[in-house]
Amino acid sequence: MKHSSFFWFILPTATAMLLFIALPIVSVLIQSVHTPHDAVLIETENCGPFGCTTATTIDQEATRALRDEKPLGKFVGLEIYFDRGHLAITEVAETWRNAESIGGFFADLNNLPFYRAMAFTLTFTFTVTPLMLVFGLMIALGVNALHQRIKGVLIFFSLLPMIVSPLIGSLVLFWMIDSRGILGSALQWFFEDPDLSMKASTGLTWIMLIVYGVWHAAPFSFIVFYAGLQTLPQDTLESAQIDGASRWQQVRYVIIPHLMPLITFVALMQLMDNFRVFEPIVGFNSEAHAASLSWFIFNDLGGETRLLSSAATSSVLTIIGVSILLTPVLIRTWRDFNAKS
Amino acid sequence: MSQSYSLSTKRQPMALKLLIWGFIGLWLIIAAFPFLWTLWGSFKMEADFFSKADWFNAILAPRTIEDHGTAFIGQGYEGAWVQEEFWKAVINTALVCFFVVCTSLTIGTLGGYALSRSSYRYTFWLLITALIFRAMPPITLVAGYLLPFFEWNLWGHLTTTVIVLVAINQPFTLWMLHSFFQKIPKELDESAKVDGCTQFQAFRHVIIPVMWPGVITTGLFSFLLAYNDFAVTSMLLSKENQTMVPKIASFLGTTQTEGNVMFAVSAVVSATAPLFILVMFFQRQIVSGLTQGAVKG
Repeated sequence: MKHSSFFWFILPTATAMLLFIALPIVSVLIQSVHTPHDAVLIETENCGPFGCTTATTIDQEATRALRDEKPLGKFVGLEIYFDRGHLAITEVAETWRNAESIGGFFADLNNLPFYRAMAFTLTFTFTVTPLMLVFGLMIALGVNALHQRIKGVLIFFSLLPMIVSPLIGSLVLFWMIDSRGILGSALQWFFEDPDLSMKASTGLTWIMLIVYGVWHAAPFSFIVFYAGLQTLPQDTLESAQIDGASRWQQVRYVIIPHLMPLITFVALMQLMDNFRVFEPIVGFNSEAHAASLSWFIFNDLGGETRLLSSAATSSVLTIIGVSILLTPVLIRTWRDFNAKS
Repeated sequence: MSQSYSLSTKRQPMALKLLIWGFIGLWLIIAAFPFLWTLWGSFKMEADFFSKADWFNAILAPRTIEDHGTAFIGQGYEGAWVQEEFWKAVINTALVCFFVVCTSLTIGTLGGYALSRSSYRYTFWLLITALIFRAMPPITLVAGYLLPFFEWNLWGHLTTTVIVLVAINQPFTLWMLHSFFQKIPKELDESAKVDGCTQFQAFRHVIIPVMWPGVITTGLFSFLLAYNDFAVTSMLLSKENQTMVPKIASFLGTTQTEGNVMFAVSAVVSATAPLFILVMFFQRQIVSGLTQGAVKG
């Protein structure tokens, strides 16, 4: 294709991505080093019979003029990155000096909101991803061994948890797990504890969110692995059987190696997707026990006072996290492309 | 469970067979039961669906029968659709989804086609850039939109949200259509060009008639993205322009305290029903779309 026709074909989509993905990233970067202007104050001295007092008032006009002139606010460099709501450099240093042991240091670190959110986000990402891979593989192997006719029905119902909006999916589970709901009652009965509530403890909230995460993501790995199983070379499997391989050995040495490229693909995609976990936290109303980086941004942006600078800073930190997880994907794509050409 | 694999169903011992059936049955319950339960419960009173006394009340609904004389009532739906004006959110969602899918497919098809037909190095860099863009969480981008949108009075409108969703959708659409167009032989449009067609005419008369399977699959995913989005729609739409998902979220904040949680339950069921139907009709396309990127490696 000629350069000129390529240009015209790609122009609309490139413009859309440039304006609404590339520029916002730049905008976020700029906003994260600015903070809203302070109000302009005027000091007036009132002298009366009993001496002089100074009164401070806000110069509304000057403040508005300043804000109109520079809507971004004033430049503060990395100050917001280091404040208590984000990386909290001073607090971390202090904790480090006062901590008696490494364990104590991490326990104290947990009092800082950013690190608490980071801890949850990473735990969620690195537990949900392996669990959904294992669970998806088990379903795929099970379904593959079943009769052809019921597979359609199975795939239909399996798709549902994945296809509904994460907010709706988490609400559906949340209402069941409520202490007055069916699962909540079942758990109370099972543990013989009538006051058991999943919402009340941090540990249980985390488990609840992780269970949701696996429920939501397992269908994806199931579908992909199931498709992979259809292309399994039958002669390799048969020769393994002739050599006397047990079922477990067949899975371990024939099926899993065959599926390996797919497992890597799903794992890499899921690491990125789970890192941005957000809607379940709104759905499960769990921010008191488990908040994520994305939820932080959402919280700053919403409400009466929109803390744009703080949200921008959290966004930049999230983007850095995503970029780290993205690197292996990029390397893989690069290798594939060079292998092809 | 991993021992449960076998080549043919004939040679499975009984115990293994039972194990497989048990496990798959369990998964079926885990996957489907929550939705059926919520559908059933949405026709009950809150006192039954969230019963303090006995969870079994959600099935038999004694309070609902006592108060209304029947076990199935539509009050949750009435409250959500009429009183809280959920129907407006449904119309807004329909508008947003329709325009997102159409625009996204139009510009995505042109771009994906170009990427699949050009052999220069820059196509690779464009695809890599799209991949990086796909990884960006939408909520981080929203933080970048708000300030300029407020400044230029673009905030709150459906049009703005449609454009933003189209843009966020593009990286995925491009990748999907790019790999789809690569499967259509190049000779097809090359020969049209030899016969004197311009590149666009070749696209128009040769490619468009054969591209529909791939476009429909991609369109389904664009639809799902627009339909399910929460981050963008909740932040960029004003209250009267809200789509279904942010509307449901707003039920949680305000009406739950008033004891109207059944409004939210009914709204959730209403929002899930179209997806149910969608999967029923397009199951094959959705599965092929999910595996397309993956199976190729």
